[in-house]
Amino acid sequence: MPPDVGLRVKFWGTRGSIPVAMTSAELRRKLITTLVRAAGRALDTPEKAASFLEQEIDFAESNTFGGNSSCVQLVTGGRDYVLCDLGSGARVFGNDVLAAHGPAGHTFHVFMSHVHWDHIMGFPFFLPIYTPSNRIRIYGCHAELEDAFRGQHAAPCFPVDFSELSSRIEFVRLLPEREYEIAGLSVKAKLQRHGGDSYGYRFQRGGRVVVYSTDAEHKQDDLGEVQGFVEFFRDADLVIFDSQYSLAEATSIKEDWGHSSNIVGLELCQRAHAKRLCLYHHEPLSDDQKIAALLAETRRLEEITRGDRRVEILAAYDGMEIAL
Amino acid sequence: MELTPKRYVDAVVLAPAGRIDHSTSEGFKTALAPYLATCAAGQDHIILDLADVEYISSVGLRVLMLASKQAQGQGGIIGVATLQPAVKEIFDITRFTMVLNVFPSVREGLARLSQPALSAFDAT
Repeated sequence: MPPDVGLRVKFWGTRGSIPVAMTSAELRRKLITTLVRAAGRALDTPEKAASFLEQEIDFAESNTFGGNSSCVQLVTGGRDYVLCDLGSGARVFGNDVLAAHGPAGHTFHVFMSHVHWDHIMGFPFFLPIYTPSNRIRIYGCHAELEDAFRGQHAAPCFPVDFSELSSRIEFVRLLPEREYEIAGLSVKAKLQRHGGDSYGYRFQRGGRVVVYSTDAEHKQDDLGEVQGFVEFFRDADLVIFDSQYSLAEATSIKEDWGHSSNIVGLELCQRAHAKRLCLYHHEPLSDDQKIAALLAETRRLEEITRGDRRVEILAAYDGMEIAL
Repeated sequence: MELTPKRYVDAVVLAPAGRIDHSTSEGFKTALAPYLATCAAGQDHIILDLADVEYISSVGLRVLMLASKQAQGQGGIIGVATLQPAVKEIFDITRFTMVLNVFPSVREGLARLSQPALSAFDAT
């Protein structure tokens, strides 16, 4: 195990269901809003402009939450790379590795929540798979894990068949509720309610715990099931949680669609004494302002329902880094 | 959970109290069930007076959602009224104000559901 240098989490894709891109109209609206706010200010250096954006303009106006689908990196301090899911954010991650460390000789450990399209679509564009000396180990609990990746590369969907990929690609079947030691991390998977099932992962290293729990519906009919998630989240430093829908949607028109809400995430974190809740798998219909409003509302709910412990609330964005 | 029912002709006003969360929601659901059975076309409507409810969690809101769905399927109407400020905020944040009938007061709820019930309420 590498020396305990702490854990960092970097988000490469945070959008649910399908990647989205900010429109030209939305970018223009942000620019107009910001330029009006900057009127009369002497923003004549990049540093002054950056400081103005940082201190005086809301994140939703000066930035974007981004639109790549699920991909999260756990930075362990070890030589190998650790990821959760291979949505379209994996393309950006792969390019970053190549730019920073070259194309060859890398090992990647990838934990798959499930194999729905938005969670595997980055793989064909993850450039390390095309270099012979790279090794990619894909872990998951689904029996069809390998078939899903192979099928995505098959004609007529993609021009390069899986058999032509030159890197060493291995599929490793995990059992839920069992503890594994992988890439310097203790890892345990948990079955979640989702179409075709999904699995959350609890990662532990030293005294730090990260839970990756996306594409999970929490109906809360079964109090034992709820308690199971409370234990899974217990004392976590960070819980990355599927908050795609409002609670009203998740219990009415979008019941059985397999996703959860900010409210349920907060309640589970409060009961589990988790330190941070990160809203994740954002609804593709939501623009930056809506996600910012969701974050503000969740922080307000945390404030009015707080017991003796505070839960810090964050909303994931593509490029966000959290040091634990 | 005690609901202290009050009948106004074809409307029943139920008044839960305290916290409706993971430890009390099952009792709330059980207590609500007999009233829900008669919340139907040509029978009763229900107003839940939440004036004494200080907190409701997602599991409590789910009980309300399921109750509303059942009532709707039977041709009845269920509404909530008199939300405390914190509970009103929870309804707003969860968007339950968009999927349930939420009334500022019991009287305004009855006015929407049944004129005879409103008359009886005003006469008390």
